[in-house]
Amino acid sequence: MSDKIPVTVLTGYLGAGKTTLLNRILTEQHGKKYAVIVNEFGEIGIDNDLVVGADEEVFEMNNGCICCTVRGDLIRIIEGLMKRRGKFDAIIVETTGLADPAPVAQTFFVDQDVSDKARLDAVVTVADAKWLTERLKDAPEAKNQIAFADVIILNKTDLVSPEELAEVEARIRAINPYATLHRTQRAAVPLDAVLGRNAFDLDRILAIEPAFLEEGEGHHHHHDHDHDHDHGCGPGCAHDHGGLKHYHDEHMQSVSIKLGEVDPEKFMPWINDLTQREGPKILRSKGILAFKNEPKRFVFQGVHMILDGDLQRDWKPGEERQSRLVFIGRDLDAEMIRAGAQACAA
Amino acid sequence: MSSPTPSITSLTQFVVEHAAGEHVVAAAFLKQTPTLALADGSVLLIVGEGAARKVEAHPDAGILTAASDGAALVTGGDDGRVVRTTADGATEEVGNSKGRWIDALAVSPSGALAWAAGKIVTARDDKGRLRTWQAPSTPQGLCFAPKGYRVAVSHYNGVSLWFPNTEAEPEKLEWKGSHLDVTWSADGRFVVTSMQENSLHGWRLPEKADMRMTGYPSKTRSFSWSHDGNWLATSGADAAIVWPFSSKEGPMGKPPRECGIRPAKVSRVAFHPGALVLAVGYEDGFILLVRLNDGAELLVRKADPERGAVTALAWDKRGKHLVFGTEGGAAGVLTLPA
Repeated sequence: MSDKIPVTVLTGYLGAGKTTLLNRILTEQHGKKYAVIVNEFGEIGIDNDLVVGADEEVFEMNNGCICCTVRGDLIRIIEGLMKRRGKFDAIIVETTGLADPAPVAQTFFVDQDVSDKARLDAVVTVADAKWLTERLKDAPEAKNQIAFADVIILNKTDLVSPEELAEVEARIRAINPYATLHRTQRAAVPLDAVLGRNAFDLDRILAIEPAFLEEGEGHHHHHDHDHDHDHGCGPGCAHDHGGLKHYHDEHMQSVSIKLGEVDPEKFMPWINDLTQREGPKILRSKGILAFKNEPKRFVFQGVHMILDGDLQRDWKPGEERQSRLVFIGRDLDAEMIRAGAQACAA
Repeated sequence: MSSPTPSITSLTQFVVEHAAGEHVVAAAFLKQTPTLALADGSVLLIVGEGAARKVEAHPDAGILTAASDGAALVTGGDDGRVVRTTADGATEEVGNSKGRWIDALAVSPSGALAWAAGKIVTARDDKGRLRTWQAPSTPQGLCFAPKGYRVAVSHYNGVSLWFPNTEAEPEKLEWKGSHLDVTWSADGRFVVTSMQENSLHGWRLPEKADMRMTGYPSKTRSFSWSHDGNWLATSGADAAIVWPFSSKEGPMGKPPRECGIRPAKVSRVAFHPGALVLAVGYEDGFILLVRLNDGAELLVRKADPERGAVTALAWDKRGKHLVFGTEGGAAGVLTLPA
């Protein structure tokens, strides 16, 4: 009937400040009404008749795809909410601190009834500046949440020194160089930085410009904060690139690829095969492709094995017809992915 | 035989429309009164042509699910309440699962009812005694056995058949995946669920033999058994898919009937209580009556995409009237010409 309801997924490890951010969203005067799906009742400090308790029931789909999991409770709750869609403007889904964001995100692509009525706006991850580095070592969930994020709220920055802050940011960037990062105290962030991001909208994937890529290519780096050189080389060695500490996470990494025009006849089978085979390891993927003899940009993004892609706007006059791809995942074979992408060159 | 006409016979002049104004969750006849459960928490009793009485069954809340035994409409809300509304407009709270949504609800002809809120299923017998059982995962569907005080609970990886009055663990009907709605045949021999993966699954009892019914382009969210128990009509395709259950094996190896093929998906089905005539509601608001024997069609309502999918369809006991409601708040009553 009318437009799809935007859904923001709020993740973050235990104690990072998710509930603080949620309470801020619900109490701030913004003239919008949110239906909030929470995992634990009672944490929300205010009355809202559209706060719904969820059980985080993750279901496997019987479609032969092992990583194709959905949140069964979410399907049911969204179906229920849609009966009263005039009551709210958007939906926020809060996940538990230990949750994997993938089943939530996949629900919006896999379930037809949900995707007909709601669309994923962004995955927002709240991270604790003081403890995230530790959690990245001992909690795979925390790493997943960072890897998955479109927006990262690096909270409690008042509890760390500038050096520690630089350290934790470098750790985040080693896993996810693409998410928009906001440094906050008490989760104080402008709400438009969190809501209405359209991060899953193909039309909004305007550029894929990871900080490191720019820097590695000698562009001016906008993260111009003061850094020192006495950091310890812990697990995941850090080396200095003259701007930002550059870590390699042992298990979670991103692979970004730049190439010229590609042949769609080669690219489509390759990306489908890659995501089918490596889907369990690939958390997120995005790409802007210049197909040979195609005036429009082809844009895609994916969550594990699920891909969504379309021809988008025309390449602008003078715009370099360049293809860019990024994969964020666990134990990715970067060389294999790179070689596969290169072989699609037109 | 009359000459062929391009359009099907129309009953639209026998339909009286009533603006419900809200998403219609369910419809029923309480004796002769067409009654609608609305998403805004109210129950609408249609008391005469163009006259309706609105009962606030769930004040400041919404209705998520409803079921009727013909004497009352029982509604489950996002306020955790289960409310019984009768044709005189009286309401009675018959259950309360505080703070939880009522996800599923079923009533038995004898006046018992069962509802699910979170993982907890509560059964209330005709004397008001409550029993609860915790399902292995959140139940999505409930229905009563045709005989005896027994509830089928559909959930992830199967169905549990629960005797509320015994301590015994419910009997399990297993099949991997997420089961949505559940229905039990009148002879008690078949339990059928709709599934997340756009298919049906059935079990033949007591052997628990599996039956798979696939090929749907979307989920089945509406079932209806024919009065003789020989047919199960289902929604979810571009026609009502009607499976034959007359033989001992059920529909296995037999093709289903496809009734009312249109370029729109069927959203609700309701068999006539005394004839092999199926009311079929579509996602574009279109409603047809289809005679099963020869596929003859009668038009009840034209497409009205503005006011959305048909979300509720119910016949009265004698099969003289059909009440319907839509997602966008349209509703009406068909009175079959004598």
